[in-house]
Amino acid sequence: MTDPNSPPASLSEDVKIPESISGLEPVRSVRSPIKLVYDFVPSPPVQEYLRSYSKKKILGHRSPVDGAVFVPPRGVDPRHGVLIEESVELSDRGHVGNFCVTHLPIPGRDDLDIPYVSAWIHLDGANVGFLGLVAGCENDEVHIGMRVQAVWKKEEELGNTAENILYWKPTGEPSVPVEKAGNRAWDQPNE
Amino acid sequence: MSESEKPLKAELTVEYPFTRTTGKVIGAFMTGLREKRLFGIKRSDGSVLVPPLEYDPITSEPLTEMVEVSQSGVVETWTWIDPPRPQSPWDAPHALTLIRLDGSDTSMLHAVLAGSPSEMRTGMRVSAKWKEERVGHITDLEGFIPETKEVDS
Repeated sequence: MTDPNSPPASLSEDVKIPESISGLEPVRSVRSPIKLVYDFVPSPPVQEYLRSYSKKKILGHRSPVDGAVFVPPRGVDPRHGVLIEESVELSDRGHVGNFCVTHLPIPGRDDLDIPYVSAWIHLDGANVGFLGLVAGCENDEVHIGMRVQAVWKKEEELGNTAENILYWKPTGEPSVPVEKAGNRAWDQPNE
Repeated sequence: MSESEKPLKAELTVEYPFTRTTGKVIGAFMTGLREKRLFGIKRSDGSVLVPPLEYDPITSEPLTEMVEVSQSGVVETWTWIDPPRPQSPWDAPHALTLIRLDGSDTSMLHAVLAGSPSEMRTGMRVSAKWKEERVGHITDLEGFIPETKEVDS
C-alpha cells in the first residue's frame, strides 16, 4: 500500500526508449482539436426575448416569489424552482457590476482588438448581470459602478441573435457606489 | 403559422484548438508512428499494453519498459461505419475495430479499410497501412487492411 502522503511517482521516471527510435527527435506534443457543430433551438422565453431584442427591446422575467428580475428570461426562477411568466421590458442603460480586461486573443474572434473589456452589465431594473463589452473610453477608466448605455448595431443589421449590442459606453452619470454595484446589493430592494 | 412565429434555430459550433503535450511514453509511441513502428509498454507480469500507458491500470505503478510489437494482428470486434461523420479522419465507409496486435495483450482502436462489411469478421487478421507523409500522430496510420491469407492462430 502506497503512503497516501508521499508524492506521486515522478513523471521523470526513466522510460526505456527502444533503440530504433532513441536517437531521434521525439514527438513532444500532438494537435488534438475538437469541434462540435449542432443546431440550437432556444426555449420559448428566449425565442420571445430574441425577437424583441432584434427591435432593441430587452426583456426580462420577474419572479413571482420576490419580484427579482432575470435577464435574459429563462422561464424559471432558479433559486426557487418556480415558473416565471411575467415579462418586463428593461432599460438599455445600467452599470458595470464586474469587469475583466483581457490581453489574450480568442481564436476565431479576430474582431476583438486586445486588450478589451468584458463586463457584467446590471441593467436598471434587473437583479442579475448581462454580459457585454465596454468601450468608448480608455480601458483603465472602466470601474465597478460606472454607468453605461448600449450602443446598438445599425437598424438594418439587427437580427434574432445575441449580437445586437456592439458594446456599452459610459454615460457620464455619477457612478453607483461600489457597495451597491452589481450583486453586492442583492438583498436590498430595487430603487 | 407565419414565418415570424416559426421556432428560431441556429447552427452553432464549439471548437477548441488543443495541443496536448505527450510526455515520454506517449511521445515515444507517437515517435514510433512517425517511423512506421508500433510500440507498447510492459507490465510487471510481462504482459504488454498497446497503446502504451504511463501507469499500470491495475497497480498504478509507473511503467517504463517500451517494446516493439507486430504491425499485424487480430480484429477482436468491429462495427461498420457508413457514412462516416463529417469530422471523421476517413472519408470512405470503413470498419471501426479493436485490434490486438501480435505481441500485445490489449487491443487498440483503429479502422479496417475494407470495401464492404461482408469482408469483415471477428478474428480476421489485418496489417497496418501507413501514410506516406507522417508527422507523429495516430493518423499516421491510415488504417489496417485485411491480410489476404487467413492464418490459423
